[in-house]
Amino acid sequence: MVDEKYRQFWWQITLTKILFSIIPLILLVLVLYFHFSDAYTTKVLEAIRTLAINRQGALDLFLEERIAQLVTLANTNSLAQLSNEDYLNRVFNVVQAASRSYIDIGVIDDKGDHLAYVGPYYSILKGVNYRNEPWFDAVLNSGVYISDVYLGFRKVPHFIIAVLVREKNRSWILRATIDSNVLENIVQAAHIGRSGDAYLVNRNNLLQTKPRFGGNLLEEPPGPDFSATVGLRMEEITTGADPALFAAVQIKTKRWVLVIREDPREPLAPLLRTKYLLGLLSLLGLSLIIIGSVYTTKKVLERLILSDLEKAKSDEVMLHESKMAALGKLAAGVAHEINNPLAVISEEAGWMKDLLQEEDVKASPHLQEFQESIKKIEYHANRVKKVTHRLLGFARRMEPTMEKVMVNAVLEECVGFLENEARYRNIAIEKKLAEDLPTTASDPSQLQQVFLNILNNAIDAIGKDGTITLKTFQDADNEQLVVQISDTGPGISRELLPKIFDPFFTTKEVGKGTGLGLSISHSIVEKLGGTMTVDSEVGHGTTFTIALPIK
Amino acid sequence: METFRILIVDDEDDFREAIMKRLRARKVEVAGANSGLQALEMLDNQDFDVVVLDVKMPGMDGIETLRAIKQKKPLVEVIMLTGHASVESGIQGMQLGAFDYVMKPVALDDLMDKLRQAYERRMLQLEYGRQNL
Repeated sequence: MVDEKYRQFWWQITLTKILFSIIPLILLVLVLYFHFSDAYTTKVLEAIRTLAINRQGALDLFLEERIAQLVTLANTNSLAQLSNEDYLNRVFNVVQAASRSYIDIGVIDDKGDHLAYVGPYYSILKGVNYRNEPWFDAVLNSGVYISDVYLGFRKVPHFIIAVLVREKNRSWILRATIDSNVLENIVQAAHIGRSGDAYLVNRNNLLQTKPRFGGNLLEEPPGPDFSATVGLRMEEITTGADPALFAAVQIKTKRWVLVIREDPREPLAPLLRTKYLLGLLSLLGLSLIIIGSVYTTKKVLERLILSDLEKAKSDEVMLHESKMAALGKLAAGVAHEINNPLAVISEEAGWMKDLLQEEDVKASPHLQEFQESIKKIEYHANRVKKVTHRLLGFARRMEPTMEKVMVNAVLEECVGFLENEARYRNIAIEKKLAEDLPTTASDPSQLQQVFLNILNNAIDAIGKDGTITLKTFQDADNEQLVVQISDTGPGISRELLPKIFDPFFTTKEVGKGTGLGLSISHSIVEKLGGTMTVDSEVGHGTTFTIALPIK
Repeated sequence: METFRILIVDDEDDFREAIMKRLRARKVEVAGANSGLQALEMLDNQDFDVVVLDVKMPGMDGIETLRAIKQKKPLVEVIMLTGHASVESGIQGMQLGAFDYVMKPVALDDLMDKLRQAYERRMLQLEYGRQNL
């Protein structure tokens, strides 16, 4: 029952401690994680965004440069000059030297006929009329035209840039084919990680450059449709098991959209590592908290049990003392009440004895009987006197005193109290008392209580038929008086032996013993500056040893 | 040996009378008082050598009576008669000037010895007092 109380207490304290330690820990970890996650994700997104804008700028720059080059070329040379293919070839070589992105260049009149052409496909393209091509009308309308990527007559991905030149009253077109690999190179520089990708789509969501993974030119890209993007757009989309982070940005010079795809797991891997690390740390903290709580609670509980025991001990000593005081008063009262009539009885008997000395009574034939009778009265009055004086001696012990004590005499007195009880139970009391035992300053009545308690226990332990041995001697250094009280009882098992001085420990039946006798005896002996130890062997008996300082 | 005069003070009549009878049989001049007050009264009117004084009496108890006696007649010897086996009240009595204490029930021979000793001391003190006069 007591254990149950402590166990409950243990759980309460431990759980409270753990709970109150874990809540801040978890809060801390969560706050840290979310802040870090937020900051890091922002950083990663920012990086992708910057990259997208950067690539967009590069693409625009490239296209604007090409347009500018062609416009410059067209406006600094006359149609007549450029229609001369040798001249055009020279000019083309100059332009090509600055940028190797041109495939060919051609001059087309307003009827769609090729006036001049320089490039690798001379035989195929020289005779072609472009009047029915969709870009031909577009360039006539808007002056500058950039086509989508197409395969054209040559089945090679390319796009063209055409500029319209008005010279006097006629218009002509300077058209250049540009290798779309160049676009691809610029775009591909945008992807970040191993699994990242980047590509261009036109307004119909057809690929203008070949992505690294999946999808072919002029087909729909593997990702979602970003063709309608205006400005910059970022989106995280999870398709299947793989999350993907998309950044789409519109190119300014052409209705193309640059799409950059990243696997967020890759740039965010440090974040994931942080997640695991935090988890590990909190697990570590958790186990430390649990171990710490369990350990400290155990310590606290041990201390508590100890102080509870001590308190119980001192409470019981106090209770015992007040009980003994009350008992002492009762004993004194009873003894005094008996003592007075007893005094009268013995005086009257004495008077009768005196009278028997007189002459006339001496002649009585029953003189002998009278004398015998009086002697018996005196003898038994003396017995009663011994009892009352013993009771009064017991009553007197209440205030602690220090006086010269003959330990042997105290023992004898105790034996006197219990002799009858022992005789009824056929228990022999053997005395091996050292005759030259010195006196010591101590409290005889308290010593008597201790001895009586041990002797009582010994008698109870034996039950019937046995021997109690009392032994006194001086120890080797002549510093201590040793009293040993042994019985031939059943003994105390090794497990119980360390507990017998604990308060409330008893081997007696419920209601028979309070379990306080030995604990009180133990504290009395310690208070008197001595030590009390016990030795026992099951089946052989128990020996209590009390050592008192010689003072 | 000259007879000496004893006053027995005890509230227990039977006890007092038995003692008195026995002492008289031993040729001691003895009177009895059943309370401290009566004892003091008797001391005013008569001379006693030794007072045997019970410690525990109703009304004025033995210790109080002892104080009063010692105030009145410092040279009267007092033997305390105690029912307690208490050394304390005996010792307390002796600190207040009692000659000795005996415990009840008392063996008459012991009491006689103590009475004799007390008487001798009184005689010595009276002698000393006379010499110094």
